[in-house]
Amino acid sequence: MPLLTRIFIKTAMICLAFALVLGILLASGMTNGLFPVYIHLLVFGWLTQLIFGVTFWMFPKHSVEKPRGSEALGWWTYALLNIGLLVRAIAEPIQSMQPNPFGGWLLVISAVIQFMAGLLFVANSWGRVKEK
Amino acid sequence: MPRLSVWFIRASLLYLLLGFLFGALLLAQKGISFYSPVWYLFPLHMEFLLVGWLVQLAMGVAFWVFPRFSIGQSRGNKPLIWISFALINVGILIGILQFWFPIALLTGRVFEVGAGIVFAAGLWRRVKPHGVL
Repeated sequence: MPLLTRIFIKTAMICLAFALVLGILLASGMTNGLFPVYIHLLVFGWLTQLIFGVTFWMFPKHSVEKPRGSEALGWWTYALLNIGLLVRAIAEPIQSMQPNPFGGWLLVISAVIQFMAGLLFVANSWGRVKEK
Repeated sequence: MPRLSVWFIRASLLYLLLGFLFGALLLAQKGISFYSPVWYLFPLHMEFLLVGWLVQLAMGVAFWVFPRFSIGQSRGNKPLIWISFALINVGILIGILQFWFPIALLTGRVFEVGAGIVFAAGLWRRVKPHGVL
């Protein structure tokens, strides 16, 4: 298993753990605007990140020279996905409690970063989705 | 990877992009409130990412990697799986029309259920122990 895949999967497991803890907080009513963070930790931080990691590892080879496509794009995808998610996880609850322009723009930055992560993943994976 | 999986997975990647784009617009709207009709994208954000991306990716990968038959068609009833590919995508696309035709949401879901049933029927026998022909 390549290093990037291991990092993707271990980070995904950390997101899963955080999401489940957040689930306890939600169930006990100790929350302020945390439901969207809970859902995105589960679906984006855990499921999607796990898929990104396994895809990088298991999809058909891109070429003999570059079997996994661009390694650099893979790392950028990893960085953007997690930075975007982290910024969101911090800014969204704050914004729901005390809306302010700074928090608002942090959400915009997080949105752009997360979209870029998806774009880079698709760009890097598209060529590997091919018939044998 | 078989052609059918290529179609499933590439379609799922397109839905991933669209779903992420809509999600980014929604999050940005939450931050700076630039155009409130963006909220109409919320059901499409969920549909594209849950059904278009996750479900469809799983279907494509399952058709690719599940155990194959050593006699006859190695991946089972391909036409049935093509039908499920068509049904799930038509279902999602019909669902988009819900803003203009409320019945479209229900119609789209019926297509998606059909896709699930046809897919399960087509792949059922490939869920088998090692050594079964």
